[in-house]
Order: sequence, then C-alpha cells, then structure tokens
Amino acid sequence: MDRKKTGWVLFFAACVTIVISSSVTIAEEQEIPKKFLVPPPPFSPGIFPCSQCHQGMPVDRTPRKLEQMHQDIVLKHMPGGWCFDCHNPNNRDKLRLANGKLVSFEESYNLCGQCHGTILREWKAGLHGKRTGMWNGEKQYRLCVHCHWPHDPRFKPIKPLPPPVRPTDIK
Amino acid sequence: MKKVNKTRAGIQLDRRTFLKGAALGLAGTALPLNKADASFWEAFFQKHFQELNETEIKSVLQRLEKEYEQKYKKAITVGNEKPLPGVLFGYGLDLSRCIGCRRCVYACVDENNQSKDPQIHWITVLRFKKGEKWVDLEESEKYYNPSLVPESEYFYMPVQCQQCENPPCVRACPTQATWKEPDGIVVVDYNWCIGCRYCMAACPYGARHFNWTEPSRSPDEINPMTHYLGNRPRYKGVVEKCTFCIQRTRNGRYPACVEACPVGARKFGNLLDPNSEIRYAIEHKRVFRLKEDLNTLPKFYYFFAYGV
Amino acid sequence: MGNLIKNFFIALRQIFIGNRTYYLWVAFLSFFILLGLSAYIDQLHRGLITTAMRDQVSWGLYISNFTFLVGVAAAAVLLVVPAYLYNFKPIKEIVLFGELLAVTAITMCILFILVDMGQPMRVWHILPFIGAMHFPASLLAWDVVVLNGYLFINAIIAFYVLYRLSIGKEYSMSVIGPLIILSIPWAVSIHTVTAFLYNGLSARPFWNASILAPRFLASAFCSGPAIMLILFQIIRNRSEVEIDNRAIFKIAELIAYAMGINLFLLGAEVFKEFYSGSIHSYPITYLYFGLHGKTSLVPWMWAATLFNITAFFFFLFPKTRENFTTLNLGCLFIIMGVYIEKGMGLVVPGFVPDTLGEIYEYSPTTSEILVTMGIWATGALLYTLLLKFAIPIYTGKLRFETKGRAGMRMSTN
Repeated sequence: MDRKKTGWVLFFAACVTIVISSSVTIAEEQEIPKKFLVPPPPFSPGIFPCSQCHQGMPVDRTPRKLEQMHQDIVLKHMPGGWCFDCHNPNNRDKLRLANGKLVSFEESYNLCGQCHGTILREWKAGLHGKRTGMWNGEKQYRLCVHCHWPHDPRFKPIKPLPPPVRPTDIK
Repeated sequence: MKKVNKTRAGIQLDRRTFLKGAALGLAGTALPLNKADASFWEAFFQKHFQELNETEIKSVLQRLEKEYEQKYKKAITVGNEKPLPGVLFGYGLDLSRCIGCRRCVYACVDENNQSKDPQIHWITVLRFKKGEKWVDLEESEKYYNPSLVPESEYFYMPVQCQQCENPPCVRACPTQATWKEPDGIVVVDYNWCIGCRYCMAACPYGARHFNWTEPSRSPDEINPMTHYLGNRPRYKGVVEKCTFCIQRTRNGRYPACVEACPVGARKFGNLLDPNSEIRYAIEHKRVFRLKEDLNTLPKFYYFFAYGV
Repeated sequence: MGNLIKNFFIALRQIFIGNRTYYLWVAFLSFFILLGLSAYIDQLHRGLITTAMRDQVSWGLYISNFTFLVGVAAAAVLLVVPAYLYNFKPIKEIVLFGELLAVTAITMCILFILVDMGQPMRVWHILPFIGAMHFPASLLAWDVVVLNGYLFINAIIAFYVLYRLSIGKEYSMSVIGPLIILSIPWAVSIHTVTAFLYNGLSARPFWNASILAPRFLASAFCSGPAIMLILFQIIRNRSEVEIDNRAIFKIAELIAYAMGINLFLLGAEVFKEFYSGSIHSYPITYLYFGLHGKTSLVPWMWAATLFNITAFFFFLFPKTRENFTTLNLGCLFIIMGVYIEKGMGLVVPGFVPDTLGEIYEYSPTTSEILVTMGIWATGALLYTLLLKFAIPIYTGKLRFETKGRAGMRMSTN
C-alpha cells in the first residue's frame, strides 16, 4: 500500500516538474529568441567603433549640452532624457538597457522595445516596418534605426509624388 | 419611260457605287491586311488561355516575346508561373501610417509597365479630411498636391484592386477574359479581352483601367521580367489592373508597392499561413474592408496598427 | 430554288428604282454614313480616346443609343399583341412595318456595340463554343443571345410574310404563329435583359434598383411606338399603303398608358432617392440639381421630364390625341424625352459620382457624335431600303410568278 502511494506521489511530482520547467522554457523562448535578419546599423562613416575615441576617455555623467563633439545631435526623444539613458558610459560600443544589461548596436531593437513594447511585438511578427525580401521565405527586417533616427525619430513630412492626370486632360 | 428611268438610275448608281466603294476602301485600310506575318493571325486565332495546353502556351509566350522584342528592341521575358499550392494572397494596409506620398503608385507604374501617356495608375491614393467625414468616398480627393505630406488635418487611403473572393467583374465579363486564379489573384488575359468595359462598370472600387489608346512607354522604362497575366506590355482597347505583382509574388517576392512604401504601411502574405504577417494583422487588429455591404469579399484589409 | 434567288434579286433591284426625293434622301443619309465611317476609322486607329469616355465614365453615347434602340426594338411587341392576340384589324395590317423596324433597330444596336468595343476584331470571343461565352453568369452574354434571337425571329416572320405576299399567297399562321407568340415574351425579355445588365451591378447604386427593368419597359413602350407613328404617317404619305387612323390613335392611346406608368415609376424613384436622402441619392441629385457645382445635365433632365409630362397629357386626352399636330408634337416630345432619359439620364449618372467619389462630366466629342449619326443614318437607310421592296410587295405592285413560269409581272399603275 505504501509503495503504491509513494509511486503515485513521485509520478505527480514528476508531472509537476515537467510542466513547470517546460512552461519556464516556453516563457524563456518568448524573450529574445532569435536573431532577426537585419542589415548592419546605419552608422555615419567612421563613427563606429565608438571606443576608438572613447577608450580611456574620462566619463562625465552630467547631463549637459555637448560642445566639443556630437554637438549636432539634439535629442528630441524622451523629454527630460539624455545620452546615457541609452548609451553605455563604460563601453560606448554597446547600448545599455534599463536593467543594466548590455546590447549590441546590431540588436538595438531590444533597447527601443523597452518603451515601445507593443511596436517591438509587432515588429517581430512582421507587422511593423517596411517589408522587403521573400514573403514565403527569408523576410528582410530592418533595425528601428534604419527608419527612425533615434535622436529625433519622428518622420519628417516629405514631398508627395505628382497627383494623377485628370480625365479631362487625357487627350 | 422605264428605259429613261433605268438609265438615270444607272448613272447615279455608278456614282454612288464609286463613293461607297471608296468608303469601303478607306475602311479596308484600317484592316491589318498589310500584316502579312503569321504572328498577327496566330494572335487573332489564339484560343482562350484556360483552354490552351502547355505546348500551346509555350508557343504563345514565345510569340509574345518576339513581338515585344520587335516593338521595344529589348529582350523581354513573358513567364507563366503557376499559382503556388496552398497559397491565397492577402494584403494589409495600415491606415495609421499611410502618409499619402504616392511612392507606391509610381513604384507600381515602373514595375508593371503602365502607360505613361496616357497616364494609367493602378493605385489611387485618396485623401480625407479628419473630423468631418470618416471614410466617405464621396468626399474624398485624389488630386491633392500639397508641398509636403502628411498634412495634419488629413488622412490618406490608397485603393487598388481588392482581389475580391466574390468578384463582380469576373461575373460580368461576357468572354471570360478575366477570372480568379487559385491563389486568389483576379487576372485579365489581354489577348482575349474585347474591350467592352462591362467589368469596369461592375467594379465597386474603380480598380480597373482601360487603354483608351495605344499605351506608350519608352523601351528603357520597360521592366523586362513579365508575366502573361500580369505586367507584360498591354494593347490598345483592353482592360488592365493590379495583379498583386503576379510576376513577383509567384516567385516569392513582395509586390512592388509593399517594398516601396517608406513608412511600412503595406503588408502582404499568404492568408492560409497562420504565421504570416497578414494573418497577424487580421487576427490582432481591427480590420475592415471597403464596401463590405456589397459582399465582394475583398482580400485587401485595412487596419490601424496603433493600439492593440 | 433558283427562282427564289432570282426573285430575291429582282426584289432587291427595287432599291434602285425611285424618284428624285428618294435619291436625295439616300444621298443625304449616305453623306452622314460616310462622315460616321471616317470618324470610326479614326477611332479604330487611335482607339476610343477619340471619345470623351474615360475610366471614370467608361460608357457613354454609344451605349446610351444602344439602350434606347433596344427599347425601340422591343416596342414592336406593342403592335404584335393587338394585331395577333386581339385581332385588331387596323393594326394587323401594319404589324409588318413594326417588325421591319425591330429588325432595323436591332441592327443598329449591334452596330453601336461594335463601335463601342476596344477590340472589335475579337468580337468572336463572345460566341459560344468557338469563343468563350460567359453564359449564364454574364448579362452581356444573355444580351447577345436574346438580341440575336429577336433579330432572327423578326427577320423570319417579316421575310416569310413578304415572301408569301410576293407570290400572291396568304401566310400560314401555323408556320409563323409560334414564332409570333414567342416574339411577345421575347420582346419583353430583350429589354428586361438589357435592364438587368445595369441592374445587376451592385457597384452602381443608381442602377442597382429593382425599378430599372419596369422603367425600361415602360419608356420603351412610349418611344418605340412614337417613332412608329411618325414613320407610319410618312409611309402613308409617300406610298400607297393605307393605314387606318384608328391604328394610329390606338397606338397613341397605348403610348399614353405606357407614359403614365413611366411617369409613375419616375415619381417612385424620385421619392425613394430624395426622401431617404442617403449617399446613393447623389446621382439623381446630380441629374436634377447638380452636384458640387457640376450642373451640365440639369437643363437636359428638366427638359426631358417636361417633354414626357406634356406628351402624356397630349396622348391621354382623345381631343389632343386625335389631332395630328398635337399627336406629332407629342411623338417628338416623347422621342426626345425618352432618348435623353435613357442616355444622359441613365448611363451617365451611373458613373457620376464614380466609385471613388469623383465627378467627371462626360460630354461627347465630335467624333462620337459623328459615329452615332452615321449609325442612325445607316439604320434609316436600312429601313428605307427594306420598305423599298416591302411596300411594293405589300401593296401588290410587285408579284413574282411561282415555279413554272419565270419572270416578273409588274402592274403598271
């Protein structure tokens, strides 16, 4: 009688362990599972790697208007924020998430996704962003920064292409 | 008495006959009797596309390639990629993002060899004023031309062939020159269409366009990769329309408009594939189709991506 | 058989025998035919861009005329019913001319379709078996079947009757009786099918109304007989055919009832559109009041409605009906009124505003008008030529000898 009961207890324990661990695995799979096929980040020529200048440079964490370098970057994103909200002060070749984790520039979407989570979710599903590539094969993704300049991401209005010819003007 | 009548009749008969003969002769010049080459008569007697077997189709494609080469002095391939199995194409358009820039319109024109003069556009972008009317087609404008888009008081909606599952144009065509392919694309056989334009009256979306005269496009603007049912150069007097870039999509590529859109408002994919982005859009977004009350079951879905 | 062919050509030669007025008339018509032909050749070369039709309004003058003429052809039944079903002798004597008019009208319909096609050489694609006729799904395919069938029926009846008359015999009802009976619902069907081809399009709310088929028939039964009344008076005037006044007044009375129904149906349409006032009322608003400042059709529509109402009263009251001045004025009013209604009042507003809300004001080009006039002249010439040998046969002036004795005997009065 006891052995049978022990057998059942062990069986149920095994079931619970399997279920929980697999759900944990599934949950983990939903985090940052795969790499997306993206072109390289659109750096200005010669600007990367940042460490070529910043290696050994003292770090000044005071939020201020930059004067000597990068003064052309005026942040129009995240009111009240400044450079080190996204850039990693200790290693400029990486970006830093809010929880301290570092991400490379090739995976900068994880940084943007911290605030723009719904957009990130849709981007992963293929619903957000420009589509090129093969609809039934390798889809070409783009980094957020390929379309949205992170320092001033709002799209500027562009000149529209000409309107169609009116039917009265078709001779 | 009778004799005189007859003579008078005789004289006037001759003059009248001459005039009528001259008229007929003039009419005769309109006939392509000078087209002694077999290709013209082969084209004339070509059977309905769906009745041709593989060999006949091959010879039709070869004949067309030769014709196009003669006309445009450029090697043009006319393919006949078959529909892919298990595929039903669907299109999604994110109205929250379209900025009305018309890059899709002109990308389509270049990809699909549309006539430049007279101008034919397969995609029409409509502009609506925010706050006054919602998607009210009666109040839309298509000739807007501001210096910059998007304009803050307006929103934009592009319209093209909706590739209906229950297409009224296919029902209307008296010669079956237009039909729905198994992958959902509604196609036109430009060698069978008689130009009666009943399909244009039947289309609720203004998606079909007619070649009122010989379409003109310069040879260096011709896209040489064509499909028989898609973007091959058309003729005077036949109807044409968007074919979801059949020459691209049956080879796995996205339509030209999808790739051209600078803001990513256009989505395309296989409705039968549960992992496609178009299925994601339909299942997660508030989707609508134009003129749903007409029950045409379009495969062109409009949605708003902002918001869940 | 040889005699038959010989006699046929002898009858045909009647075409070339006539007086000065006849030749002037033929010359007049030939002039317009030639003009129309030259305009059409230009259209063949350059394409339909010579017309004012564009993507927004893809049917215009040609299809309007086609619709009007199908109505005229259908109206032959207005003679057939009293003639054969009610044996009303005054009309029975002239039903042949109505049938010949039907033949002419259908021929003109076919010509209008041919000139409207973008690729007329491919017309064989619409045939069954050799082509790919989309029957029964496409209403245009139905139209091809019923119109050609109607042409066939009327041609057989008319030519059989003429043939029997020409050899001095009575026509046998057992031969053409079934065809005549068939022609009655067939006549209704040609115009119903033509109405259905508009009616079935859910894309065009102005046409997608059940009232279209009844309205078509009602207006057809006004316009066709009105043309016939004018033609009969000309025939009576210029030949020895006797047409009883009673026939004319009876037809005019039938026109009155048809116009009454037509006006009632117009009223019903006006009520539905203006009272419910939905977006779908924009086409009729465009017709009668203009839309967004586009008012080019407004005077035409009011004129047409005024003509129709006036003509209705002219034909309703025996006093004005039996007075030839008001009768003929009424006929002209009806012809103009229904022509405008079936043309500008039907085809154009189906496309205005178009499916995407655009308003393109269609106004036919000279080329289109010339081709249209050319086809009307062709029809007039065809009817003239048909009458040219039908009338002598009818009045007994032209008789053929039957088998046995060859030759032609012509009485000399």
